[in-house]
Amino acid sequence: MFAEAPNIVAEEKKNGSGRWVGASLPRKEEDRLLRGRGKFVDDIKLREMTYLRFVRSPYAHARIVSVDTSAAEALPGVVCTITGKEVAAQTQPFIEIAPDHAQKIRDFPMAVEKARYQGEPVAAVVAESPSLADDAAELVQVEYEPLEPVVDSEQALLDKSILHEEAGTNRIWTGIWEFGDVEKAFQEAAYVVNIDRMHFHRFSSTPLETNVVIGQWDPKEDRIHYWCNNSFPAFAIQFLAAHLAVHIDRIRVQTSDIGGSFGIKITSYPQMSVCALASKKAGGRPVKWVETRSEHMISSAHGNERTFRDTRVALDKNGEITAIASRHIDDCGAYPRYEPLGCVIYSQVFCGTYRFKNARIEFTQTVSNKCPVGPNRGYSRMQHLWFLERIVDICAHEIGIAPDEMRLRNYIRTEEFPYTTPNGCVYDSGNYPKMLEVAKGLIGWDDWKKKQADARKQGRMIGIGIGTTLDSGTNNFGQSQIVNPNAPFSGNSQGANCKLDIYGEVVVAVGSCPQGQGHETVSAQVVADVLNIHPDMITVRTGFDTERNVHTGMSGTYASQFVVSGLSAVHGAAQKLKAEMKRLAASVLETKEDDLEFGVGQQGPEIKAKSTGKSINYWGLANIVNVNSAVLTPELQDVTLNCRYIWRANFKVPDKAKKYGNLTLTYSSQLHIAVIEVDRDTFVPKILDYVAVDDCGVVINPRIVEGQVYGAAAHGIGAALMETCAYDAVGNMLTSTFSDYTPITAVNIPNIRYGHISTPSPFTYSGAKGMGEGGAAPIHTISAALQDALFAQGIFINNSFNNADSIFRSLKYREGGQLAEQVRLEKR
Amino acid sequence: MPETATVEKIAINVKVNGKPYSRQVEPRMLLVEFLREACDLTGTHVGCDTTYCGACTVLMNGLAVKSCTMFAVQADGSEITTVEGLEKDGKLHPIQQAFGDSYGLQCGYCTPGLLLSTHQLLSENPEPSEKEIRKAIAGNTCRCTGYMNVFKAIRQAGRNMKGA
Repeated sequence: MFAEAPNIVAEEKKNGSGRWVGASLPRKEEDRLLRGRGKFVDDIKLREMTYLRFVRSPYAHARIVSVDTSAAEALPGVVCTITGKEVAAQTQPFIEIAPDHAQKIRDFPMAVEKARYQGEPVAAVVAESPSLADDAAELVQVEYEPLEPVVDSEQALLDKSILHEEAGTNRIWTGIWEFGDVEKAFQEAAYVVNIDRMHFHRFSSTPLETNVVIGQWDPKEDRIHYWCNNSFPAFAIQFLAAHLAVHIDRIRVQTSDIGGSFGIKITSYPQMSVCALASKKAGGRPVKWVETRSEHMISSAHGNERTFRDTRVALDKNGEITAIASRHIDDCGAYPRYEPLGCVIYSQVFCGTYRFKNARIEFTQTVSNKCPVGPNRGYSRMQHLWFLERIVDICAHEIGIAPDEMRLRNYIRTEEFPYTTPNGCVYDSGNYPKMLEVAKGLIGWDDWKKKQADARKQGRMIGIGIGTTLDSGTNNFGQSQIVNPNAPFSGNSQGANCKLDIYGEVVVAVGSCPQGQGHETVSAQVVADVLNIHPDMITVRTGFDTERNVHTGMSGTYASQFVVSGLSAVHGAAQKLKAEMKRLAASVLETKEDDLEFGVGQQGPEIKAKSTGKSINYWGLANIVNVNSAVLTPELQDVTLNCRYIWRANFKVPDKAKKYGNLTLTYSSQLHIAVIEVDRDTFVPKILDYVAVDDCGVVINPRIVEGQVYGAAAHGIGAALMETCAYDAVGNMLTSTFSDYTPITAVNIPNIRYGHISTPSPFTYSGAKGMGEGGAAPIHTISAALQDALFAQGIFINNSFNNADSIFRSLKYREGGQLAEQVRLEKR
Repeated sequence: MPETATVEKIAINVKVNGKPYSRQVEPRMLLVEFLREACDLTGTHVGCDTTYCGACTVLMNGLAVKSCTMFAVQADGSEITTVEGLEKDGKLHPIQQAFGDSYGLQCGYCTPGLLLSTHQLLSENPEPSEKEIRKAIAGNTCRCTGYMNVFKAIRQAGRNMKGA
């Protein structure tokens, strides 16, 4: 039967130490969502609303000869149309983050001269109803002249067909990370393992709610108002402001409930641009765009695809890795957009969980005629962590060390934390051997080893695989300067406000835009502890709003950080409020501040003088400040009971030339073990057993953390075995519906058994570490387990996506001798 | 085909959550569009366009159907229950309660559909096996929870309903 959560507080109660932080408090978000009363963007109806539908390129690469919108405009009920040419005439291209030649790329939200991926918007129609917009879109005539498509990053580097002529090459960015003495390490190595090529596939975590934008741009006001589900609005408005020539502070973004993002909704700003431009053309009427699932699959954002070439690994006689050298080629799709930030973000986990000191990575990114990439849960780090885990397993096999032992020999030692990596990142805390021990215990390692040996005698292909991963959270935006020295970003910040409202209600607002992570709940837990009241007595505002005065230029929900940046801001604001309340209460109750006790009395939340027993409740405090202010003494004139706090991470700008510096504040870790059998007849890989152990330091709400671990695990398992954004040779996307893409379902998910350890972070006020992304541990783990099942057949798992078809092909090619030698061991 | 702009509408009568709705609809209007746009019941969601994800699941005459895969006109004369119709006098349905208690939702977008698929399962089979639970919600995609807490919620809901 299903696994039960071990030792987790199931009911609503304080944790053992009498605090709300650490308790599994039921989520405050639940009630409205369970009743069908959540407020998602598509639920919003505005007066005079119009509906936008895009016309998209069927070609991956084609010159646009002509666009004829006249028939669409003639259709009754059509408000206006807008073409890529019109957009280009009214706007500046989006900012490019990449330096040098890539600065010349002209990225508009719709194709202008040519389309560069299948599904790229070419025109849009705006009509009185969604169905009329559908009809009108079909009437737009576009003539194309197909061009040679580029669908592979290594092919792209040949520059035979160039996507962005103005840049002159498909190569966006190249950088070399070199630390230690790589040459010496290879000279002194006892073993050198060579791995020709490995590939991390394209997939997307595909939130169930697609992108939705309502944009309103009143031409008379020069202000834009968005209701949308973008998950990093502070970033989106920076891109939109320069592009639309509207002052950034005149762009209002509101989000409400968001039906998942997983990073994918960070890059919806091109569609936000078109909705605003269309609204302006429609005389300021609001324009709503609801992305269809197929549109989402072909044209929202995919995760980064990466090829690892010419990997060489040096090891000493004990199997300790002493150096790694490799070339990484990342494919960012048709437009860089959020890229090339992934080219540096990978290096947050440069050495993974391992101790090697010498490394040389040449990292290149190219464009291709595929959907642009965007940050996807585990963004850019998971590709690199998968690469490192493949290395560890392949090397272990080549030199004859068990994979668990190989890891123990190479893991960063527990006593070495805080650990400085070769590139200057500081891992705050961790205990990787302990996670391995807990995971092995949970899965019954020795037992499975016996079963595996017995099964192998019967010719069955069973593998046991370990995947260790990191979830680096709260990024230092200074790393952007490693890809572009002129990038004006560094540090990290978040804002929050905590107040007693006019009549004493405790109200919290924070600059995040949650998508199911329970920010309202955990914020209330933190404030409840500060004020010693019940979390139900605290209201936390839903969603994000630039007019709430709590956002910074980095606000949003991304990069596994709410528990650090968000809750630090909430905690700071609550402390400020508490200090003001103390001053006020001490004056009113005629006592000293240290005589005051916060708690709940007969008239609700209150502050009491221990010496006299006199108390004042929150209504009384708020009343003095807001409606009875003549009684305030002169020294209390500055008390507002409305406290804003901006939290800033203590980061420095990294050394750009050396690519050295601390790039992330916290490092959660996970270790998964999977047991997989490959069916001898059908080649279907079936998970027989699965455990996931996480360490995110001090836990604010255990059941929320557990849920995040399961959710991230499901994304990883789906990605490893079922989900791939497949393209054919000319750039047609083959998985453009859910029926083709097959997101993991209730019948495919194995029972995941969950375990937990805690190594508190010394770098956060609470000891908590961000953990939402999960580090894609299942992808590493499933590759490792399949590897273990198939080593005997001479197969190396060199792709992150493996299904019955790919396993069958590998086995058949191997049998037929068509499989080139992928791995070569040199013994010295 | 500009004539679609003036297409003839068809009168339908549908009872939704016990309340009658008489509307003139285009023949192509989907049941989910009818519920969301004509009845203003936005608890029912759309997550895909190929009947895969089940965010739009509602009960039609007591049976779970995907309302994105039916035309509104096909629902003429039927009784529909949406997520908004599950609670009674403001009190959560035992299934809703169980999903909340078991952390069986995160973003909540798939939840309405899951609640109604669960409703059909438990109406027929109050003590489903693991396999029966998995099969009953095979057509309901959840991208947040990894299903583990959904399974727990459904078992808890079965217990809640037996106790109710």
